[in-house]
Amino acid sequence: MKKLTIEIEDKEYTALEKRVKEKKEFDSVEAYVQDIVSQVVARLKEEEGGDDEKFSKEDEEKVKERLRSLGYLD
Amino acid sequence: MIPPHGGQLVQQIIKDKEERNYWEKKSKELITIVLEEEQIKEVKNIARGLYSPLNGYMRKGDFESVAESMKLENGTVWPIPIALDIPDTLAKQVHIGRRIALRDSMKTLTAILVVEDKYKFNRKETAKKVFGTTDTKHPGVEELMTIHKNLVGGDILLIDNTKNTFNNYNLEPIETRILFTEKGWKTVVGFQTRNAPHRAHEYLQKCALEIVDGLFINPVIGKKKDGDYTDEAIINSYNTLIENYFNKNKVVLSILPLKMRYAGPREAVMHAIIRKNFGCTHFVVGRDHAGVSDYYDPYAAQNIFDKIPDLGIKILKYEDAFYCEVCNNMATSKTCSHNDKFKIKPSGTMIRDKIRSKERIPEEIVRPEVMKVLQEMKEVFV
Repeated sequence: MKKLTIEIEDKEYTALEKRVKEKKEFDSVEAYVQDIVSQVVARLKEEEGGDDEKFSKEDEEKVKERLRSLGYLD
Repeated sequence: MIPPHGGQLVQQIIKDKEERNYWEKKSKELITIVLEEEQIKEVKNIARGLYSPLNGYMRKGDFESVAESMKLENGTVWPIPIALDIPDTLAKQVHIGRRIALRDSMKTLTAILVVEDKYKFNRKETAKKVFGTTDTKHPGVEELMTIHKNLVGGDILLIDNTKNTFNNYNLEPIETRILFTEKGWKTVVGFQTRNAPHRAHEYLQKCALEIVDGLFINPVIGKKKDGDYTDEAIINSYNTLIENYFNKNKVVLSILPLKMRYAGPREAVMHAIIRKNFGCTHFVVGRDHAGVSDYYDPYAAQNIFDKIPDLGIKILKYEDAFYCEVCNNMATSKTCSHNDKFKIKPSGTMIRDKIRSKERIPEEIVRPEVMKVLQEMKEVFV
C-alpha cells in the first residue's frame, strides 16, 4: 500500500465527517476517502476496458446470424 | 454501450473444436466432480459473462470480502459469494494448481476448473452476513447450511456451451449486446420476473419503456417451488402479451437460467449487475424484490442501492401498481390517491385460482389473451 497525504477543504472534510458519523459505515474520514478512491479507480478500469478483445469480427457475424435465425434480428 | 461490470465481458468459453477435443481427452486423467443442474447453470453463467468480472469461483479473499462488505478484494461491488463446495474426501485429493473436470449428471464434460485456492468457510457466519439471518427456514440459508465446508476457487473454462433450456430464448450477454447495438438502442431497461404477466407488470414495463429505447424482459428460469408458474407458462404468456400489447420492435424476451437464493437486497444487486452485463442501462426493482416470507423489509431491495457505490446501471424503483376505477387506469400510490375501495390490486393467489378453475378474470387484472393462453395450457404450475 502506498501512503499519501492530501489536503482537502475544511468544508469538504466537515461534510465527510458528518456522513461518517451519521451512516456509521466507515470508522473514519480516512477510510471513507479510501473507499471513494477505490470506487473511482474501479470506474476508470471499467471505462478503459472497452469492448471485449476476445471477440472477433467473425464471432460477431456468427452471433448476428444466430440472432437472425431466432427472429431477434431482421 | 454500457461497459460490463468490472470493465471486461468475461468469455471463458473454449470455442475451438481441437481445443475442446484436447480437454475431452485430457479430462479422463483429471479428478471429476459431477455437478447438479443448478451448479451447471452457475458454471455457464460465469463462463458466458453474466457474472462479469468473475471468471471463475471465488478465492478465499474475494469470498470473505464479498460476504463482509459486498465488494471483491479489488473494490468492485459484488454482493453474493460464488464458490464450489467439495466433500472432505475430495478436498484431500485436490491441490492448488491442479485441474478438475466438472461434469453434468450425464457425465458430459461441462468445464475445466483450474484450482487456485482451497479453503473452509463458516456457514453460520456467512449466512448471517449474506442473508441477514441464520434461520434455516430461509431457503437460501437452508441450502448454505447443507453444503460442504470445503470450498475451491479458480478460473473455469467452459467446454460444453450448449443451451438445453429454451434455446430459442436463451441469449448470452455478448448476444444481447450485439442485438441492442444492431437495434440502435442506447438505453435499455431490464425487467426481472418469475411470473406470468398481469396488468401491474405490464404497467411498470411500459412506464420504464417510456424513458428508454428498449425493454429487455428477462424471466428467471429454473428450479421452482410448488405453485410456481412453469417455464413454458411464463414464456408463452409473455409472447402473447408482447404480440398483442407491445410495440414488438421495442421489446426483447430472453430467459435467465439462474438459481434463486432469495437473498433479498443483496440478490437485487446481483440481478442488477447481471442485467448491466447483458447491456441494460436501467433495471426495475419493485417492492420485495428477490425476498422470501418476511425476512426483508419490502423496500430493502430498493434502499440498498443508496448504500452502495454507483453500479453504473440506473435503478428504477417502483411501487406496487393497481387498477383504479376512478382514474380508469393503472396507477401506483404515487400517481393516484383515491380510496382503496376503488383500487383493484392483482393478487397472485387469486389469479392462480382463476386459472385453475378456468373462470373469467377482469381484464383490469390480466389481459384476456394472456388468460386464455394460460387456461388452455396443460401444465401452468409446478
